[in-house]
Amino acid sequence: MAVFSRGFGARRRESDPELPPGQYLTEDFPVLSAGPTPRIDTADWSFSITTESGAVTTWSWDELMALPIEDVHTDIHCVTRWSKLGTSWRGVSLDTLFADIDTSDAYTMIESYGGYTTNVPLEDLLDGKAWIAFEFDGEPLDPEHGGPARLLVPHLYFWKSAKWVHGIRMHSDDDPGFWEQNGYNMYGDPWKEQRYW
Amino acid sequence: MAIVAGWLVGTVARAMRVTPQGRILVLDVPEWPGNLAGQHLDLRLTAEDGYQAVRSYSIASFGEGTSVELAVDMLPDGEVSPYLVEDVEPGDMLEVRGPLGNFFVWRDSQTEPVQLIAGGSGIVPLVSIARAHRAAASTAKFRMLYSVRAPEDAYYASELAELVDDSFALDWVYTRTAPEGFARTAGRITRADIEASTLPVADNPLVYVCGPTGFVEAVARILVDLGHPAERIKTERFGGK
Repeated sequence: MAVFSRGFGARRRESDPELPPGQYLTEDFPVLSAGPTPRIDTADWSFSITTESGAVTTWSWDELMALPIEDVHTDIHCVTRWSKLGTSWRGVSLDTLFADIDTSDAYTMIESYGGYTTNVPLEDLLDGKAWIAFEFDGEPLDPEHGGPARLLVPHLYFWKSAKWVHGIRMHSDDDPGFWEQNGYNMYGDPWKEQRYW
Repeated sequence: MAIVAGWLVGTVARAMRVTPQGRILVLDVPEWPGNLAGQHLDLRLTAEDGYQAVRSYSIASFGEGTSVELAVDMLPDGEVSPYLVEDVEPGDMLEVRGPLGNFFVWRDSQTEPVQLIAGGSGIVPLVSIARAHRAAASTAKFRMLYSVRAPEDAYYASELAELVDDSFALDWVYTRTAPEGFARTAGRITRADIEASTLPVADNPLVYVCGPTGFVEAVARILVDLGHPAERIKTERFGGK
């Protein structure tokens, strides 16, 4: 039986069919991070993919900028229940970065400056579903939002879109990352409300 | 303590207006499994026509028991917080889910020094941690720095004052209006405040910072600049930037 909260609903927001269940629309861009914001100069920045053979492929900032850059318009959904619709990003597709990577592992661990990690199946990073993003709304990505570059994998809850991304390590198993060890779902599909354990 | 799947029915047991903008709510949740100090929950409201809204709130209470305490600050254009601050009354029903989050927590098995730094309603999970510290008669060295706009905006001011003892120190920052006779001029928290009123790097404290995004960003940056290792600083932020 449903529990009704007496008199609630007078200030309700317009419901929006583009919002996944349990989400509300925000015009802000809230910040959620477990620790201090790392400050990384693009001169010191690098991004690597490490495979099960131990092979490491590394891009400097300039090498990343020399790759094809895509404009991405997408909705984003945070597990803390805010969503933003129609956000604008620029970044390099993970398809481009994985083009010459030889791996048979099905899972990845995303690793960030500052020690954050999150696990994502490889198939969720490919076929136009994920980017290394470095611009938001036409501006360089703020450090608070993950700059100089963050993973953008917008079809999953936004904690999967790791800020301050530093590399991807291939895993044969779906091992839990930081929030996944601290109460949050292994996969995080907002349309299925996969929020918690 | 396991996370309970699904929504639990809660009844408002007490609602106390404690600041111009905020209220403390005590919920009676018969199936609540208990929670660690510092955890949060999701709270769901359902209108009579079925419309629902869910928000996350930190929990001020801790441990076993079915009485769950929240402190809610009213956001000017919010839809849930004004209801909780202005409208809800004892006897009204709502639903909660949790407890949630296993990172921004303190367990009484922890023995290292702890620095708590709160901005505004960011005090809620830190009150929970301070209460747990007292309840465990922990001798871990605790210090709290609480930044509020003005004295009347402080949650739990008298309770926090009563917690002060050999292992719990309390310091205040007032950003707009300081009480008469307070040595520090009102203004936003600075590096000098952190240096003067928090545990030094040499103590290697674990630092918990909770508050609005701008506050947490500023404080965390100062802490790192002072030499606190980033991995010793736990943050919880709310609101946009």
